[in-house]
Amino acid sequence: MKLLVAIKRVVDYNVKIRIRPDGSGVDTANLKMSMNPFDEIAVEEAVRWKEQGKAAEVVAVSVGPQGAQDTLRTALAMGADRAILVQTDAEVEPLAVAKILKAIAAQEAPDAVLLGKQAIDDDSNQTGQMLAALLGWPQGTFISEAAPDGAGRVTLVREVDGGLETLSLALPCVLTTDLRLNEPRYASLPNIMKAKKKPLDVTTPEALGVSVAPRLALLKIEAPPARKAGVIVASVAELVDKLKNEAKVL
Amino acid sequence: MRALVLAEHDNRSLKPATAAAVAAALQLGGSVDVLVLGCNAAPAAAAAARLAGVARVRVCDDAVFAEVLAEPAADLIVGLADQYDALLAPATATGKNVMPRVAALLDVQQVSEIVAVVAPDTFVRPVYAGNALATVQSSDAKKVITVRAPAFAPVAEDGAAAVEAVAAPADPGASRFLERRVTESVRPELTAARVVVAGGRGIGSDGAFALVSQLADVLGGAVGASRAAVDAGFIPNDAQVGQTGKIIAPDLYIAVGISGAIQHLAGMKDSKVIVAINKDSEAPIFQVADYGLVADVFEAVPALIERLSA
Ligand SMILES: Cc1cc2nc3c(=O)[nH]c(=O)nc-3n(C[C@H](O)[C@H](O)[C@H](O)COP(=O)(O)OP(=O)(O)OC[C@H]3O[C@@H](n4cnc5c(N)ncnc54)[C@H](O)[C@@H]3O)c2cc1C
Ligand SMILES: Nc1ncnc2c1ncn2[C@@H]1O[C@H](COP(=O)(O)O)[C@@H](O)[C@H]1O
Repeated sequence: MKLLVAIKRVVDYNVKIRIRPDGSGVDTANLKMSMNPFDEIAVEEAVRWKEQGKAAEVVAVSVGPQGAQDTLRTALAMGADRAILVQTDAEVEPLAVAKILKAIAAQEAPDAVLLGKQAIDDDSNQTGQMLAALLGWPQGTFISEAAPDGAGRVTLVREVDGGLETLSLALPCVLTTDLRLNEPRYASLPNIMKAKKKPLDVTTPEALGVSVAPRLALLKIEAPPARKAGVIVASVAELVDKLKNEAKVL
Repeated sequence: MRALVLAEHDNRSLKPATAAAVAAALQLGGSVDVLVLGCNAAPAAAAAARLAGVARVRVCDDAVFAEVLAEPAADLIVGLADQYDALLAPATATGKNVMPRVAALLDVQQVSEIVAVVAPDTFVRPVYAGNALATVQSSDAKKVITVRAPAFAPVAEDGAAAVEAVAAPADPGASRFLERRVTESVRPELTAARVVVAGGRGIGSDGAFALVSQLADVLGGAVGASRAAVDAGFIPNDAQVGQTGKIIAPDLYIAVGISGAIQHLAGMKDSKVIVAINKDSEAPIFQVADYGLVADVFEAVPALIERLSA
């Protein structure tokens, strides 16, 4: 079976972002960029399936600027076989990413596409569901366990509001990862070297026939209201007193 | 402007997030219908009919929706979409699963997790784990929206909308439901509780986590957790608060042994009053806490329980 994994290059989760003073956007120049954490989990899962003999090939895809090649190399160093960069400097919205991934899926004919459940920059949590819709495939979102059964289906566990839900999906399908699916490996130095020689093809949204014209206009971006500074209390007694008499929440 | 809101419910009753999503839908300025997908869902439909401002409740009560799987749910909503200018759902696990599928089938770019309606086509939504608020204007003819419930005051329950049936779609059958493991709890639900006591890695062990639950019980509150506490197995996944867990805004949030990573703050920093108990005075959680207590959990929490139960 062949797996496609979608990975996004985002501002590293440990970096505090800077909002441009004129409210026109977030300044990402010179910030540390990394693979979206959920996508690392998706790559790890795909590579594990390959190592377990459940998958034959893992292809990583990213839509983004030239710098996303670094992110794809990371996926290759983790164990992906090939990579495709759909290069564009535009901010591509989830619907357009889903259309691009659909076009790639048409070329690659994967048995499953793995994505993160959400990108930690736009926090949209849409792309996987949209891709499943466009392909007419079933979707398994927010998964914390998944196992192909070797007979054309995948059994998976989803993290939902009340607990956990187990589904069985027919292949081909779309899966989106939650945090507890696995713990992604660090690429070893030899694997990083090897990754440099693995194939990385570059195409564009135009070549795939997909418009990336935005549907949402960003009118303004601003910092959320700051909380006013609190106080440090000296004791449990003082805390209870403040909660009762000052905050009046008890 | 006509809007349809997908109800969040368990057949017997409505989840409070539904009333918040209806409030957001009413701000679009037109009529609002509620859609209930369920099985033996008459009580939930009746509850939806009581939501103030709702014109009509449309119910698909069918075995297809014994579990709300994304594929048939999206198909049904897309079938009704012609009649509406906006389709909304609370940003619950179900809403987040179903609505983007609907949006893609309608060729619409969804607006996720709105916290304010500026105009019928313009919304505010948090990005970067809530470290920035984006105001976005949608150029799509139809709007597909998920609503962050704590940001909207729920509508009252004094309405009397008409309830009408909707025919069930065929089950595409590619997804099969096998099992649900529900976290049983006698405590109030995390997303609806007035008081939440949340524990982190600092609690140290499964057994010690009982201290957090005891404190929650004394306050009649719900129990929450950081990702680290869930990963460590102290508590089930659905207690996770944060960027990728539940987003809540209770009147009182007590963080115990939680450092305050931005991903955690994303889920609770709109709480009215925040209390932090942590032995490290440098912990970032103190920067958002109204009241901070620099102390060891194992001394402070038992003392707090004792004082509050007295
Ligand atoms: C993509 C992504 C998404 C994430 N989403 C979430 C999310 O939704 N929710 C979330 O919570 N996290 C999330 N995280 C994880 C987050 O970055 C932090 O790792 C996590 O919140 C840390 O949990 P913690 O505060 O319990 O643990 P730690 O950071 O280890 O903090 C433990 C704290 O306990 C204190 N402590 C230790 N012992 C005691 C004692 N005896 N008494 C008092 N205090 C004590 C310590 O001083 C410390 O401050 C996410 C991370 C990523 C990468
Ligand atoms: N530009 C992109 N390139 C590749 N994959 C992406 C891109 N944007 C989103 N994705 C995938 O879609 C998932 C969900 O993203 P989002 O819907 O933006 O929250 C991510 O975790 C990725 O797997």
